[in-house]
Amino acid sequence: MIPAAFEYYRPTSMEGVLALLQEHGDEARVLAGGHSLIPMMKLRMADVPHLIDLQGIAGLSGITIDGGTIRIGTMTTQHDIIGDAALTAAAPIMAEAALQIADPQVRYMGTVGGNVANGDPGNDMPGLMQCLDAHFHLIGPEGERTVAARDFYDSAYMTAREDDEVLTAITFAVPVGGHAYEKQKRKIGDYATAAAAVQISKEGGKVAAASIAMTNLSDTPVWSEAAGAALVGTDCGADAIKAAVAAMLADIDPTEDNRGPVAFKRHVAGIVLGRAIARAWSRA
Amino acid sequence: MKDEVTREDRVAGLKGLGCSRKRVEDARFTQGKGNYVDDIKLPGMLHGDFVRSPYAHARIKSINIDAAMALPGVTAVLTAKDLEPLGLHWMPTLAGDKQMVLADGKVLFQGQEVAFVVAADRYIAADAVELVEVEYEELEVIVNPFKSLQSDVVLREDLIAPDGSIPNGAHGPRKHPNHIFTWEAGELEATNQVIDNAEVVAEAEMYYHRTHPCPLETCGSVASMDKVNGKLTLWGTFQAPHVVRTVASLLSGIEEHNIRVVSPDIGGGFGNKVGVYPGYVCSIVASIVTGVPVKWVEDRMENLMSTAFARDYWMKGKISATKEGKITGLHCHVTADHGAFDACADPTKFPAGFMNICTGSYDIPVAYLGVDGVYTNKAPGGVSYRCSFRVTEAVYFIERMIEVLAIELNMDPAELRSINFIKKEQFPYTAALGWEYDSGDYQTAWDKALLAVDYKGLRAEQAERVAAFKRGETRKIMGIGLSFFTEIVGAGPVKNCDILGMGMFDSCEIRIHPTGSATARLGTISQGQGHATTFAQILASEIGLPADSITIEEGDTDTAPYGLGTYGSRSTPVAGAAAAMAGRKIRAKAQMIAAYLLEVHDDDVEFDVDRFAVKGAPERFKTMKEIAYASYHQAIPGLEPGLEAVSYYDPPNMTYPFGAYVCVMDIDVDTGVPEIRRFYALDDCGTRINPMVIEGQIHGGLTEALAVALGQEIAYDDIGNVKTGTLMDFFLPTAWEVPNYETDFTVTPSPHHPIGAKGVGESPHVGGVPCFSNAVQDAFRPFGNRHTNMPHDHWRIWQTAANLGMHD
Repeated sequence: MIPAAFEYYRPTSMEGVLALLQEHGDEARVLAGGHSLIPMMKLRMADVPHLIDLQGIAGLSGITIDGGTIRIGTMTTQHDIIGDAALTAAAPIMAEAALQIADPQVRYMGTVGGNVANGDPGNDMPGLMQCLDAHFHLIGPEGERTVAARDFYDSAYMTAREDDEVLTAITFAVPVGGHAYEKQKRKIGDYATAAAAVQISKEGGKVAAASIAMTNLSDTPVWSEAAGAALVGTDCGADAIKAAVAAMLADIDPTEDNRGPVAFKRHVAGIVLGRAIARAWSRA
Repeated sequence: MKDEVTREDRVAGLKGLGCSRKRVEDARFTQGKGNYVDDIKLPGMLHGDFVRSPYAHARIKSINIDAAMALPGVTAVLTAKDLEPLGLHWMPTLAGDKQMVLADGKVLFQGQEVAFVVAADRYIAADAVELVEVEYEELEVIVNPFKSLQSDVVLREDLIAPDGSIPNGAHGPRKHPNHIFTWEAGELEATNQVIDNAEVVAEAEMYYHRTHPCPLETCGSVASMDKVNGKLTLWGTFQAPHVVRTVASLLSGIEEHNIRVVSPDIGGGFGNKVGVYPGYVCSIVASIVTGVPVKWVEDRMENLMSTAFARDYWMKGKISATKEGKITGLHCHVTADHGAFDACADPTKFPAGFMNICTGSYDIPVAYLGVDGVYTNKAPGGVSYRCSFRVTEAVYFIERMIEVLAIELNMDPAELRSINFIKKEQFPYTAALGWEYDSGDYQTAWDKALLAVDYKGLRAEQAERVAAFKRGETRKIMGIGLSFFTEIVGAGPVKNCDILGMGMFDSCEIRIHPTGSATARLGTISQGQGHATTFAQILASEIGLPADSITIEEGDTDTAPYGLGTYGSRSTPVAGAAAAMAGRKIRAKAQMIAAYLLEVHDDDVEFDVDRFAVKGAPERFKTMKEIAYASYHQAIPGLEPGLEAVSYYDPPNMTYPFGAYVCVMDIDVDTGVPEIRRFYALDDCGTRINPMVIEGQIHGGLTEALAVALGQEIAYDDIGNVKTGTLMDFFLPTAWEVPNYETDFTVTPSPHHPIGAKGVGESPHVGGVPCFSNAVQDAFRPFGNRHTNMPHDHWRIWQTAANLGMHD
């Protein structure tokens, strides 16, 4: 649990960050809250000769809601998410999910940007962002670009972000309808055995739109388009939920670990999603 | 305003026995002012770190240290070859086996110590570890003790004679190269006969999984060899500092008076810090070699992978009874997985600890126990969580057997227990497997517990829940976990308890200072139990000086009297008794002084709270404070000056605390998630020294029990990789996972302990594990469950539901 030696940088401008990234290439990583990267370094599973702390850069945290769009700065902590009344009013699923991440100490440090950018399939925010159809704002030597959360994740720890790019913010439209973030975990601080993010809108007693994403059931978050589609036009009754669960199960690919065998995970994924849909529908 | 100080005021002022005195240790612990081994920083100190084996079983073909030695800041890299000339490449274990300090030609478990790097700081040491090149040749790995006893693969070639025969081990004949010992108690034939002819027989096979206590502070040591005066000082995480001193002396050849062992503040022990670890030996050798102090502190993964585990017991039982439920016989066989070396810390005559307490709280006329110890490719240990004494295993075994028998009899398990309890009038009671229980009143405790939780009401609610589940109205089932445990603690009488020949007495030395305060030193060492608080309370009541005026010191072998240390809930039963006895010696001398000062005969004064008063004339008295002053500064004919006493206490018997626990649990059969709705714990630990400290001990022990029952596990894969080596996968409960505990008590003093105390530290673990487990299993009983193994984590509970067809 002793990391290898590394150089520590704390630049005060994004230009400074980008210059360091260009200079050191894949030997450099940016540090946000550090709750994924630092343990990996301590376990010597991540070798980061050049560590660039983003804490010194102004303007990377904060939550704004403007014209139906929510913007969350990359250095915004999970604690900030939970405490932001306007965000909770506009997108209550954010606080509901953040409250299920680790413990208060971790949430004081852990950031939304770090959570989504690290590409750890166990992290909760990537699936949530896919559910909300968020967009990730990246800045690099070529300038700025955005990537849809649903296109961002290639495999575990492999994302669309280039080594010399930094994720600066997340934006998504103010969600409509009911929401639920349902997570089963073994204990506080654990990754999900299975988690489901669900957002459902209702028109005339029927499902108008539904978005469903699952966490830690594949090597990337899984946005199950088919599961959402299975609900649209239905009354969200038992049969519809069953169809959505079946569709979701076709999209996930969990592996056995200490949380349990595949059959258990698939069963729990179905239960968790069913409960999330029911709760979201009750709020729609 | 009060005119005078009443007797009650004087009693209260002492803060003696029965007072919920606040812990004196907490002022420093809560302010970050504790002093742990890693806080020790000496001038010029170097830091050690281990190269550990990634393989569970491999031959070492070569070790190349050149690259590591070339790293700036690296002073030395020790391997077995360097230790061999000193005879320190192997060391004796506390169980009569021996253990490699550094890998001698082969490795036998993942995480085994292969080389010891010594460097200028902890970071350079860790970098150098990566530069040591070790070439391994993998060997077949055995992680299952049953396979081990069938295998041609010999794990311990050092224990085979040149002609291929198998010499006896420390505990007698061995029947296979991978076999350690067979240990038996009771009557096999008589037991078999009773069971074969019984009206009802229940059988169960249960695996008590391997786990680990994971103390907040990991293990570590700082060794400082002063070559000028020839003195070795060793600070470390030692639950038994004097034992460490003796072992260090025997190993190193340094005379015992030239070794000072210090246990500073210890951040939790739970048996994890009883054994002698290679790190301690290597830090000593490295200090001798380098001439400067060397520190070794392991990290969390090293602690989980390589230091003393608990359990790994495969238990097979048969229990017989009449149709009415009177138990007639018990048969138990254990296959005990000890890992690569037998490093238990059990008393010499008890290689399976006190597993022969497995008849529990019940009057069982005949019983038999057989235990086979086996080597496998896992870490050595078998010390933690009461593991060397095996009481936790024994109580789990009997409390599961009772439940299985209740199923066989179609009887309520609470009633079955009542039918079979040893009765109050039967004490002292000699159990079928040999132990003499000192005192108990089980039925009273049981009735109190069942009444407190409205047991009948709970069973009615459970029946309704089963019906509702079957009607499809709920997916949550309800379990009522019961356990009634009898502990055996306070090891122990020297006539039958020793470790490596060292008798398991303990000690206390008291100095009363002239102005009426005192310093007392004991052979034990607190790891969080609060000895500085509670031992002072014992003494306050014995010698009549306020607990606040008594300093308790432990853990420095240069000052503390010899003792066997703190584990197995032995501090209060043994050292606590020594404290009381030493206190009585003080009082005896004080009585003579008081009589002289009051100008009466010794027999004409009597002790009263904080003074000696003339019998029949209580207004004529001398306080202990006055007596203390006089003892030093007044010439008293026939008496030496001073007021000091020493007591070495060899307990006449063990003590037998007991308790009744009830857990109410709801289980979601679809997710496997258990929710503890209620936990009631009644403990009878005899005389209660500090109720608040007892409650704290109970809360902590129950939380560890919850962890073990519901998920805490050291799991290995088939090739000996530790699957639970970090706190991500190793379950350490937080406040979130812990239910509210309701504590209660009865008081049945120990008849042979000077103050009637019995010890409590481990009771909640011993009684808690079967209670949590029984709650899970009881929930599934109406659906056909007989026994499922722990840990009851989500997927295993879910699997139980699946196996019983509850997802169909």
